[in-house]
Amino acid sequence: MAKQPGNKILQNLYLQMVRIRRFEEEAGRLMEEGKIPGALHLYVGQEAIASGVMQHLSANDQITSTHRGHGHLIAKGGEFNRMFAEIFGRATGYCKGKGGSMHISNMELGMLGANGIVGAGLPIAVGAAFSNKFRKTNNVTVAFFGDGASNEGSFHEAANMATLYKLPCIFVCENNGYGEYTPQANHQAVVDVADKAAGYGMPGVVVDGMDVMAVYEVAGEAIKRARKGAGPTLVECKTYRYFDHVGVRGMGLTYRTDEELEKWKKRDAIQSFEKNLTEMGLLTEKKISNIYGKINAELESAIKFAEDSPYPDPSELLEDVYCEA
Amino acid sequence: MSEVLKQEPRKLPYVAAITEAVSQVLQEQENAFLIGEDVAQAGGVFGSYRGLLNEFGERRVIDTPISEKGILGLGVGASATGCRPILDIMFMDFMGECMDEIANQMAKMRYMFGGSATLPVTVLTMAGAGLSMAAQHSQNLESWLAHLPGLKVVMPSNAYDVKGLIIAAARDDNPVFVILNKASLAMQAEVPEEAYEVPIGKASIIREGSNYTIVALSRMVNEAMTAAKQLGELGLDVEVIDVRSVQPFDTETVINSVMKTHRALVVHEAVRFGGFGGEIVAQIQELAFDYLDAPVARVGAPFSPVPFSPALEKVYVPDANSIVAEVRKTLEI
Repeated sequence: MAKQPGNKILQNLYLQMVRIRRFEEEAGRLMEEGKIPGALHLYVGQEAIASGVMQHLSANDQITSTHRGHGHLIAKGGEFNRMFAEIFGRATGYCKGKGGSMHISNMELGMLGANGIVGAGLPIAVGAAFSNKFRKTNNVTVAFFGDGASNEGSFHEAANMATLYKLPCIFVCENNGYGEYTPQANHQAVVDVADKAAGYGMPGVVVDGMDVMAVYEVAGEAIKRARKGAGPTLVECKTYRYFDHVGVRGMGLTYRTDEELEKWKKRDAIQSFEKNLTEMGLLTEKKISNIYGKINAELESAIKFAEDSPYPDPSELLEDVYCEA
Repeated sequence: MSEVLKQEPRKLPYVAAITEAVSQVLQEQENAFLIGEDVAQAGGVFGSYRGLLNEFGERRVIDTPISEKGILGLGVGASATGCRPILDIMFMDFMGECMDEIANQMAKMRYMFGGSATLPVTVLTMAGAGLSMAAQHSQNLESWLAHLPGLKVVMPSNAYDVKGLIIAAARDDNPVFVILNKASLAMQAEVPEEAYEVPIGKASIIREGSNYTIVALSRMVNEAMTAAKQLGELGLDVEVIDVRSVQPFDTETVINSVMKTHRALVVHEAVRFGGFGGEIVAQIQELAFDYLDAPVARVGAPFSPVPFSPALEKVYVPDANSIVAEVRKTLEI
């Protein structure tokens, strides 16, 4: 049985979830207002996963992310300033405005990119894990992917190679029930993506992705196992995205029911954890209000930073295609 | 006695130049490793990596499952995090299996990340027809790669360039594809024993001439040399340029030659339509239009998959005769 985490960890698990949610709500609002170019795939509803997993990682551990990558970067230590600047397409963004939401990344934080190609992060994560083992570091790599990505060939090749080479790689499936707009039952015959793990000789674990403590514990075991050289684990987190595949609309969608959304929202990860921490005496209404106040102020200043930041100079267009060193 | 014996320059076949280059790279770069299908135990299906497993051990010479996405993705992730992988894609045709990892990940990661990612990765792959390996093991797909900003692409025609370009590729901090030619594996050339680089992005004038330029890729360089001799009998003094690097492409060498000779033909083994030769011809007409005395000719494979039967393949693959015929047609001689 895993050791009960200390208060600081519990508070941080909560804080990261709230930071992600508030960032995404603001990003969605700004997208609706037409201030953000392109498309945003928002993480609202799935916060417990990024928060629970990343609690075990340092900046020297790597992750690969998905379309829905803001939450992963925030939990990995991403700053609101540079994140908003990036999704606003400004020169001060993490990718100097060349990547945007779908390619947001930070190599120094070990965040090897959100990815516009479904499933593409998986083989890259295997490469980073291979590198960790080859260079004899003690670092691990976590590949985040969705239920939809588990149908891609890249999932198969990555899972096989990671187990074959016993790499320090953890596969975290965020099963939000939909591959873009297609319900899981219409895109694969299995119910649990974790069942696929057996085909590669790796453990597969299903966990409630709306329960941050459950994610924290299961991910902790998997990461510990990977760090000691015992190979990868597939952790499937059952979760739900409150908004549409793209954008902020949540209700009245053609491919899912409002009742379904309401049912999942009743199990909201932030609300239930907030309740638990309050019962434990770790949170009070005042503390919660302070946390939100602080995050909101940080968001406001980050959005201002992004809006005040210059767009990339046209002379930047052909920079960074190659390494000129 | 040894004083009177002048040392003969060492010759190596194309295939052994691959082995020696990879071996020297693994010696000089501690974070380099060779990985691919059958590269370790089997020494590569063409014998390109024979002995490397024994020399460097299984940590650095690694067999993979038949998983091209996995291999390319591994190369992306490992190179972005401190390694210098050398990946082998057994046949260039198999790039279809890993084109996302090549086109959307490897080529674009640095740019998408605003320059924060560096991918020092080398991909060795085997192209070319002439061995009756049919439609899925014989293609030249360099134009797929040359079209992707972020990649470098070289095509050595001889053993000397093979060694120098592989070493240059491995020392480069960008993804570099080295497209090798399977019909040239036994071809010998003088190859120095020490490690050396052939600069990426530099074409080579391998035959000087005054009134006709042939610009050739990979194995077609040899056919161009044979054609040059035949064309000499028709009064043409042919300059032959080995392109060596299609990305970056050495525009200057080609344009300077055409300005001198006023006539040119471009030849590659890939399908002519949409092939890299079209890019070369376009550059010549943009930059040397006023110097041209004749249309720039193109030779490439016809618009069909590579056929299996030797009888058909012989007709399919361009050679010295098809080059000569095209020159004569263009110049009406």
